[in-house]
Amino acid sequence: MTAVAERRAPTRLVDHFEYGLDAPICLTWELTYACNLACVHCLSSSGRRDPRELSTDECKALIDEFERMQIFYVNIGGGEPTVRPDFWELLDYAVEHHVGVKFSTNGFRITKERAERLAATDYVDVQVSLDGATPEVNDPIRGAGTYDAAIRAMDNLRDAGMKDFKLSVVCTRENISQLDEFKKIADDHGAQLRLTRLRPAGRGADVWQDLHPLPHQQRELYDWLVANGEKVLTGDSFFHLSAFGDALPGLNLCGAGRVVCLVDPVGDVYACPFAIHENFLAGSIRDEGFQHVWREAELFKSLREPQTGGACSSCSAYDSCRGGCMAAKFFTGMPLDGPDPECVKGNAEFVTVGDRPAPSQDHSHKGTVRNAPVPVKIGRRPPTTMCDESPVNPGDFVVG
Amino acid sequence: MLEEAWTLNGSVALRPETFGALAYDFTTRRLSFLKDPALVDVVRQLRNHPNIAETLDAVGISDGERPRFRAALERLADQHLIVRRNTQ
Repeated sequence: MTAVAERRAPTRLVDHFEYGLDAPICLTWELTYACNLACVHCLSSSGRRDPRELSTDECKALIDEFERMQIFYVNIGGGEPTVRPDFWELLDYAVEHHVGVKFSTNGFRITKERAERLAATDYVDVQVSLDGATPEVNDPIRGAGTYDAAIRAMDNLRDAGMKDFKLSVVCTRENISQLDEFKKIADDHGAQLRLTRLRPAGRGADVWQDLHPLPHQQRELYDWLVANGEKVLTGDSFFHLSAFGDALPGLNLCGAGRVVCLVDPVGDVYACPFAIHENFLAGSIRDEGFQHVWREAELFKSLREPQTGGACSSCSAYDSCRGGCMAAKFFTGMPLDGPDPECVKGNAEFVTVGDRPAPSQDHSHKGTVRNAPVPVKIGRRPPTTMCDESPVNPGDFVVG
Repeated sequence: MLEEAWTLNGSVALRPETFGALAYDFTTRRLSFLKDPALVDVVRQLRNHPNIAETLDAVGISDGERPRFRAALERLADQHLIVRRNTQ
């Protein structure tokens, strides 16, 4: 049996997406690995700035290339992008060059003044991260004081008249029961709720076993998403849940290297935001320019070939879930042509799981973090000495 | 609608793709797909002709195809991807 199925001429829109487009639809640009926080599930293992980070001029040249390729908007994240001193300058530069920006933030730096400036700027959208509808659920994951900071940022955005900004929630075992409460927080702020899937990438791999939703919670999440329809955004996160029944809104397709990619802070291009690992590294914008990597990288060409379902081919749900998330399989040590680790048909139980791959990079903080995650039962690494833990408890992320 | 002057909304950009084009509205941040290269031609040409009927003539859309194009243009109008053009 060959690994690649016969390629048919594209007839449906989704076929065109599978074979890749001239430019990505959804490009994530992690602007920095620096972050003031140390969230336990950080996809990019962020914390410390990488000394090789793209310079301001390199960032502007990349924005110029996005404009030439007609990449209409980029999702900027990190790390925490607002900690880059040139963040607001780059935001203005992108808007001036017809590249819209949606940026993800923990909200600490979204002051009243910044909120007013953001509300006055077309082409800019803001996504505030919050992973619990209460501090008791949020702060153990994102850090002490982070609930209050996110709510304060959303208050500032609402008061400044910003409409339809995003409240972005990573769905975990701890917060699936709070979906209605998240919706209320979003509604109260004139924001749109965006729910995304917890991935075992970066530090997320360390907490996956403790935090990924249990089977009954996946059903609860699916039913909630069906009931709420297109009013709630998911970034096409949950197509593995489509095996429960009707497909959820969205493309229901792994877009990695086809319509999706990630540019990291040092200009490396990966297949998707959940796959920052050398196995999914397509090339560097520093060596070849972004367009060349997107169109010519061998990794991307192979991802645009029709994939076979492997062990999933005989499953009745394969046409809807397509075997789930490549990154979730990779980082949990599962074969890429088998079921998703959260396969709703329970088929993951029958798969021989290999060793988890070693991370190919880690920018996590090594010292004390002021807003460290509140140490309850969830913690990436239990502190070995009291000195590893912060002694203070200060008060202080159609398509989408 | 066929006898009226229309144009691509000024806030919308088109990006050519093999299936047709992506359309992005920078104001609403909505991404849409035009799934027929001939429809993309029609949308691009609207501004150069006094009305939609003459645009369809110019692009060479046959009579049999016109109901399909008319329905597609109505959908684009509902989404404000195309707007009425002031001819005064």
